[in-house]
Amino acid sequence: MIIETIIERINQGKFWHFHGGIYPSEQKSITSSKPIKQLSLPKQLVLPLQQHIGRQGDLLVEVGDKVLKGQALTQSSNPMAVPVHAPTSGIISAIKKSVIAHPSGLSELCLFIDVDGEDTWKKREICQDFSKLSHQQIIKKIADAGIAGMGGAGFPTHIKVNTKPGINFLIINAVECEPYITADDLLMCEQSEAIVDGIKILDQLLSPSFILIGIEDNKPQAIKALQQATQHHEKIKVCVLPTKYPTGGEKQLIQVLTGKEVNTGTLPINSGIVVQNVATCFAISDAVINDIPLIRRVVTLTGSALAKPQNFWALLGTQVSYLLEQAGFVSEVNKTNSTPNSPQPSPPVPSPPVIMGGPLMGFSILNEQVPIVKTSNCILAPSKIEMPSAFDNNSNEVECIRCGQCADVCPSQLLPQELQWSAKAKDHQQLMQLNLFDCIDCGACAYVCPSQIPLVQYYRVAKAEIRQQQQLDIKSEKAKVRFEARKLRLEQEKIARQEKHKKAAAARKATMNKKSADGSTANSAVAAALARVKAKKAAEKIINSNEPLASSNKVTDEISPVKVAIARAKAKKLGKQENIESSLNSNKPLASSSEKQAQKHSAINEQTINDKKARIAAAVAKAKAKKFQEKKSSTEQNELSIETQSEKTSEKAQNITTEAEDKKARIAAAVAKAKSKAKLKAIEKAQQVSTTNSEEST
Amino acid sequence: MAFWIASSPHNHSQAETSSLMRLVIYAVLPGIFAQWYFFGWGNIIHISLAVTTALLCEFIVLSLRKKNNIRKQLFDGSAILTAILLGICLPAIAPWWISIIAAVFAIVVVKQLYGGLGHNPFNPAMAAYVMLLISFPIQMTSWQPPLALMTVDLSFANTLSVIFTDFTKEGYSVEQLRTSIDGFTMATPLDTLKTDTGLGLTVFESIEKSIFGEHFALGWEWMNFAFLTGGIVLIAKKAIAWQTPLSFLLSLFICSFIAYSISPDSSASTMFHWLTGGCMFGAFFILTDPVTGATSTKGRLVIGALAGLLVYLIRTFGGYPDGIAFAVLLCNMAAPLIDQYTRPRTYGHQIKSIQEEVK
Repeated sequence: MIIETIIERINQGKFWHFHGGIYPSEQKSITSSKPIKQLSLPKQLVLPLQQHIGRQGDLLVEVGDKVLKGQALTQSSNPMAVPVHAPTSGIISAIKKSVIAHPSGLSELCLFIDVDGEDTWKKREICQDFSKLSHQQIIKKIADAGIAGMGGAGFPTHIKVNTKPGINFLIINAVECEPYITADDLLMCEQSEAIVDGIKILDQLLSPSFILIGIEDNKPQAIKALQQATQHHEKIKVCVLPTKYPTGGEKQLIQVLTGKEVNTGTLPINSGIVVQNVATCFAISDAVINDIPLIRRVVTLTGSALAKPQNFWALLGTQVSYLLEQAGFVSEVNKTNSTPNSPQPSPPVPSPPVIMGGPLMGFSILNEQVPIVKTSNCILAPSKIEMPSAFDNNSNEVECIRCGQCADVCPSQLLPQELQWSAKAKDHQQLMQLNLFDCIDCGACAYVCPSQIPLVQYYRVAKAEIRQQQQLDIKSEKAKVRFEARKLRLEQEKIARQEKHKKAAAARKATMNKKSADGSTANSAVAAALARVKAKKAAEKIINSNEPLASSNKVTDEISPVKVAIARAKAKKLGKQENIESSLNSNKPLASSSEKQAQKHSAINEQTINDKKARIAAAVAKAKAKKFQEKKSSTEQNELSIETQSEKTSEKAQNITTEAEDKKARIAAAVAKAKSKAKLKAIEKAQQVSTTNSEEST
Repeated sequence: MAFWIASSPHNHSQAETSSLMRLVIYAVLPGIFAQWYFFGWGNIIHISLAVTTALLCEFIVLSLRKKNNIRKQLFDGSAILTAILLGICLPAIAPWWISIIAAVFAIVVVKQLYGGLGHNPFNPAMAAYVMLLISFPIQMTSWQPPLALMTVDLSFANTLSVIFTDFTKEGYSVEQLRTSIDGFTMATPLDTLKTDTGLGLTVFESIEKSIFGEHFALGWEWMNFAFLTGGIVLIAKKAIAWQTPLSFLLSLFICSFIAYSISPDSSASTMFHWLTGGCMFGAFFILTDPVTGATSTKGRLVIGALAGLLVYLIRTFGGYPDGIAFAVLLCNMAAPLIDQYTRPRTYGHQIKSIQEEVK
């Protein structure tokens, strides 16, 4: 199919078909006959920071700031961020999380503006002739105006139109195939000139070969308005399509108008096609020509639960409660609860659903604080008779009987019943094989299912599960790579450590071997220290082996109480012999002095007992000596054990003597003799001292 | 005020499974009427017996399975439809316990044991019929001739008596009822033709017999016509897919045409095949059962063609006179495999050639 044949067919009005599709009752006449109404300013506006696909912009304002109408409240540092603007003048009263327009009912960061009612504009510059602007300037204007796709997806427009040349078709989506919604319809009736201006701007930007406006045949007035507005433009063709849901889906519209299919997983831009919604075109013309950012949109309020259903120009951020009030929402809950003086409290009535969007693709909102965002085109408040399935809190789901009606209506030519079996079985592999991600969530299959199975819900859950699993798989892949790297690193470190140890051990061995060959020189510190300890031990053993008494006292310097006790015993012995030629080697001056004193006193008793003083002195000395002996007796027991120990150690020392030690022992014996002599002299001196002391004491 | 969160779509076409089943039951009524007109009360009694048994069994099994909305499931029409189809298939003067055993087997074993509605791989009515055919061949081959050819007057009371007590009030047995004035035990037209061609008679000679009536098969042809009408109504209302019956009849036509061209003496005509036995009944009510048939369009065509071929082969070369039941079961077995190989091409896949062409 080459482009010429496509154009021929379009000129003849023969379009292609897409597989499946349903024909639900349109219900557009509820709101299509009334013009779009301007609303008075609400008291508060709630602006979510993110109203598009992508990331939210960075805040430019703080709480308490006064803002003007059209002032930018966030800026985009990232191409996927689209700024939001103040829809009217007021003061920022809060920046906090609030429930947003999303099926989950979760909360995101929102700006709360208290409207001051004055509606003062920021400074604007009207562009007289946009044909003089460069591409970059136009794209910048679109980006700064915060325009995102207003057909429902909210893709940033400045990215979509910022593309390389070579576009074959620019398709304007004026189809609005979903029942109940008439927002685009009335916009076209009232503002067709502005829309065509927007199309011309896009034409200048993209330079497509052809521009096609796709519109369904259930909008006769809009068709006329568009045809009139475009009659002087050869390039733009208004294509009237038969009414079928979901002709307005991007892929289906492309197929109907050009006969081409968009390859799975790719965007239409790859086939040289760009699709834009009419409301987006209107916003583009407002932005480029009048310097008005995206701050309002047409919203259809419809459904039998409303007393005055019609379209409104709603400021972005208007809460649904305000709009419902304007449209005269009569909640079934209010009706039942309005009876006063009821005898019993009425049982809790399930709240009626309010749907943001159409009946087939819209989502029911959590509460009426939800604000209008760039992609909200309709608020649907049905009555129970009108849409009984929306009020069913219980599911009427029965088993699938494989009737195949779902496959007959699927516009993507999938097999919904097979998808449903696999989704229930959580068979992700089979789901991917059945091309689950080609499902556009249009809801046609669930609409026709006789078993009332909520097919789209199963697919949404399955898609979410598969996406989550893919994320986990990516994470685990990365973790695996990290783990492998770590394992490798640890192994390498281990090998390095072992090498190092081997080298060190080899070096040690080498040095140790060297030392034993020389005998006296030691290079390594460890070897030297070992040598010192050995020498010390050897010296001690020599001393121990030649002087048994001495050795018994001198086994180790640490056993001082041993030495003390042994010395006492000897002193006692020697003292009894009246010969103070004992080898007192005690190192404790205290012990020796007390011993000396005791001996002296006893000597005094035996040798000089003349006068009373001397007798008293003798008695005192006796007493002291007794005390000392008692001490000694208590230590004698210890002595014995210690003596045995000392004997054992001395034996040990003797066992390890060498020739050199014998010589040393003799030397030591001589030294000891000399020492004992010196001590004798000292004792004699001490005797004299003690007599003087005793005289003084008495 | 908090609203109830529901998932889209919020609108529904308000079609229901039970209404689908009800539509099929209405469409089968002309056939039952024709059967009553030509063959008497027998089948209607069997239908009632089967329906009662089926509902009872379904109730028991659903209670055993601890299902919570038994009442709704019981009356969703699937059990009743199975029982009706079963009642139509059985010979009119078969004993009462035949239909009860069949209903129990169909509901308990073939349907519920495999998982209940939507999960059974085989058509319950046909599986039960085959079970009976193999287990009770004598009772299942005691076909009653059309009322016009019967020697004994078979009123409602008499039919009841035969079904429940094997004898009419006057004391005639089933075999005696089946005997014609000439003393031959009459079989169905298909059976007669098969035996005659086996004996060496040509088709033309065989068709002279009274059982064939003036056209193709006395009584049977009108019954088949009535089922054809019902089937066309169903297709018009989009309750069943047109691919299966069309391909089935077409395939039967092709087979009989080929056979007729080769040897007209020993092959019956297409019209004969189409209007005797359970052909139209099988085409529009049995093969189109959504649970056990193929799901894709191409798959349905393949199933229909396969069924047509099998029916012709069994009728001509097989041991049984009418092969609809066996053909259906074999197609049920093949359906999942056929489904796997006849999946439609999803939007956006395998269109590289077109894109390259344009560029």
